[in-house]
Amino acid sequence: MNFEEIKNKLRNYTVGIAGAGGLGSNCAVAIARVGVGKIIISDFDIVYESNLNRQYFFKDQIGLRKVDALKANIERINPEIEVLDHFIKLDENNIIDIYKDCDLVVEAFDLAEMKKMLIETFLSELPKMPIVLGLGMAGFGKSNTIKFRKAENLYICGDEISEIADNNPPLAPRVGMVANMQANTVLEILLNS
Amino acid sequence: MKITLNNRPESIGKEQVSVSELLELKNFTFKMLVIKVNGKLIKKGAYSSVNIYDGDDVTVLHLVSGG
Repeated sequence: MNFEEIKNKLRNYTVGIAGAGGLGSNCAVAIARVGVGKIIISDFDIVYESNLNRQYFFKDQIGLRKVDALKANIERINPEIEVLDHFIKLDENNIIDIYKDCDLVVEAFDLAEMKKMLIETFLSELPKMPIVLGLGMAGFGKSNTIKFRKAENLYICGDEISEIADNNPPLAPRVGMVANMQANTVLEILLNS
Repeated sequence: MKITLNNRPESIGKEQVSVSELLELKNFTFKMLVIKVNGKLIKKGAYSSVNIYDGDDVTVLHLVSGG
């Protein structure tokens, strides 16, 4: 497929992204650059200075809602992409409604319990939805531990081990690797469908 | 019996095990897990009542924070 063919195909799809932090912002930008038609993104947080070590925001966006800042950044990169944003804390009661019409959902939360909530809610209520997970990317180095595996409709990106801690923070390179691996998985699923 | 655990073949020296027993046998000591048996989600409350048999396909996801 040449890029025109790729763009023409991707234009017809809707991708959900749950969370607009390190994984969500970087993954959204990658799929917007390639031309996924519509992106539905949700987050309840605002941009903090401490986010700038890994998240796709700028210093002059500190204090803005992450969903608004991300929508603005995508608009600057590729104005053809439709972005539907929700300033909301996702939970088991609202997540299905928000993402049910997507072709697939990218899990881009930071907290393990939120990742668990997303997986269990979809497996219970919409078990066929493809879910692209980001799991394990704290720290630096160890590039070859970051991997990909598939378990039915769960697509798992990350080392599945490295958990964030005060002395093991999430940083742009490894978070970006996993976010882009998620974006790459999105393309693989959509372009092969 | 032989099962598939996270896409890999595994031999277990018993005819059947509960999900809890399997987690113990395989040293999954983490708290934040998502478990699927033959594609079906097994919630935490059912770990000791759901059994795994020969040929079953088990996925264990250990959820770690970060993103």
